[in-house]
Amino acid sequence: MGIDQSTEMPKRLSDKPIFQRVAKIILYVFLIGVAVLQLLPLVWLFLFSLKNNQEVFNLPPLALPQDPQWGNYVNVWTQGNIGQYFFNSVYITASAVILTVLFASLVTFAITRMQWKLSTLVLGLFMVGLMIPVHSTLIPLFNFFLNINLMDHPLAIILTYTAFNLPITIMILLGFYYTLPREIEEAAIMDGCSVHRLFFQITLPMTAPVVATTAIINMIYNWNEFVFVNTFISSDKFKTLTVGIQNFIGQYQTDWGAIGATLMISIIPILIAFLVLSNRIVEGITAGSVKG
Amino acid sequence: MNKVMSDKKVIALYVLPAFLLLMVLVYIPIILTGYYGLMRWDGIGAMEFIGLDNYQRLLQDSTFWRSAGHSGLLAIFSVLSLVGYLIISMVLAGKIKGADLFRKIYLIPMLLSSVAIAQLWMRIYHPTNGVINRFLESIGIENTPLWLADTNIVLYSIFIPIIWQYAGFYILIYYAALKNVPNELVEAARIDGATPWQIGYKIKLPLIAGVIKVTIVLAVVGSLKYFDLIWVMTQGGPNGASEVIASYMYKQAFNTYNFGYGSAIGFFLLILCLIVTYFIRKLTASKEDVQY
Repeated sequence: MGIDQSTEMPKRLSDKPIFQRVAKIILYVFLIGVAVLQLLPLVWLFLFSLKNNQEVFNLPPLALPQDPQWGNYVNVWTQGNIGQYFFNSVYITASAVILTVLFASLVTFAITRMQWKLSTLVLGLFMVGLMIPVHSTLIPLFNFFLNINLMDHPLAIILTYTAFNLPITIMILLGFYYTLPREIEEAAIMDGCSVHRLFFQITLPMTAPVVATTAIINMIYNWNEFVFVNTFISSDKFKTLTVGIQNFIGQYQTDWGAIGATLMISIIPILIAFLVLSNRIVEGITAGSVKG
Repeated sequence: MNKVMSDKKVIALYVLPAFLLLMVLVYIPIILTGYYGLMRWDGIGAMEFIGLDNYQRLLQDSTFWRSAGHSGLLAIFSVLSLVGYLIISMVLAGKIKGADLFRKIYLIPMLLSSVAIAQLWMRIYHPTNGVINRFLESIGIENTPLWLADTNIVLYSIFIPIIWQYAGFYILIYYAALKNVPNELVEAARIDGATPWQIGYKIKLPLIAGVIKVTIVLAVVGSLKYFDLIWVMTQGGPNGASEVIASYMYKQAFNTYNFGYGSAIGFFLLILCLIVTYFIRKLTASKEDVQY
């Protein structure tokens, strides 16, 4: 049996082996059942993205497509603005991630390494920012961007993402900065190193692992964000994938293959990122949540 | 050393970019939300000061209270679902091979955009071609439910994908906390003859009480401000049966241009979230005293 009967407790296993084994099997069936529930909707999505309507309507839902319609993907990519939305998502996400991680690192460095009276207050304001619901800021932000002519402009989205992700990013960075040994930095200052050199050439490279973690978390948040883009962007040419596919799917009410292919295109980048970076994603989500 | 690290100019340079973004895009908007709530305003024309009229209207607006009731119901469901997540996590944190893989699989839906999840589940719930009704028909059930069009069940129908989406997130948090419980305590209890059930209930659970408290806050506040899936799947319909506070606010502001009234709702949401966070933390404060 491929089930855990680790070497640690052979005695107990021999005490009541059958009961233990049955209990273990039940637990595994339970866990696998949950995993199937989590994955099944996505498997079904992938299957119908490769079918034509006839197959969607007539074959059993989880049947394999008889003649996979890869053309569905080509069609939605070439017919609509999916390519444009995709590109918008990439550069808006990337710009906001870079700004957030840089600004958050600068603040965290100033708070943990430099001496100034207001540091506790400033940190407190960032941490309280974690609790503010975005919907309570929508109307004033809408009015603000209208007045400074940034309505329907990608910069409005990039700056908003940066502002709202700073608190969580600083919170994750903070834990790492506190544990980082200060001897190297102190020695550098003794040798006459400037603060800027210290930050950019010594501290920032030393924090690379946690910077990567926060960057990934930010990337996922920004890639999936819906409300801000839906509210502040009206031109098709600036829409991100999340909002773009929402309108795009509207045109295909009845073409299941096209809808499936569009949804698959929007989630594939995240799935690939997850396959490659799952450990860091798990780490980031854990670090970003527990302290609440 | 001290002189270099307390250089006011450097500190300002490092802190101000992030601080200004936080002030301009997060704090000033929440203050303005409260201020706009005192106005009659269509978002374009001049504002007219009407004192607390919007808040009085809020108190008497039965549609608003019905929406608030739905948000409250979501909060109750979410807290109840935490029990299920906790049970799964306790199983996972036992001696389970592949626990790491399981929790990663569970996490996948959490990484997808709300729009993709909503669009996918709209197909799953599709009255004739959706996977659920196809299955129900195949086992001989006629008059299959109209999951998203039936006012009696629509809120529950939307809650299922919410559970699906967040399961992995909470399991991840609980799993990490359970793995942090010192092994010596568990071993000592086992030697004293404690059953696995007793170890879980009497030793591990009290030790992760702090984390459970944080997740209750996250679940309640997250539910009270919930918007995304509801907005994409039903826009609060049919007939207001799935309307929640945030969707009602959004409609008041951006569909019917009652910016003043919308702001009052937004401000109410902000205060509600802050009060609920405060009270849950206060009510559960005693449990925090448990030390490892």
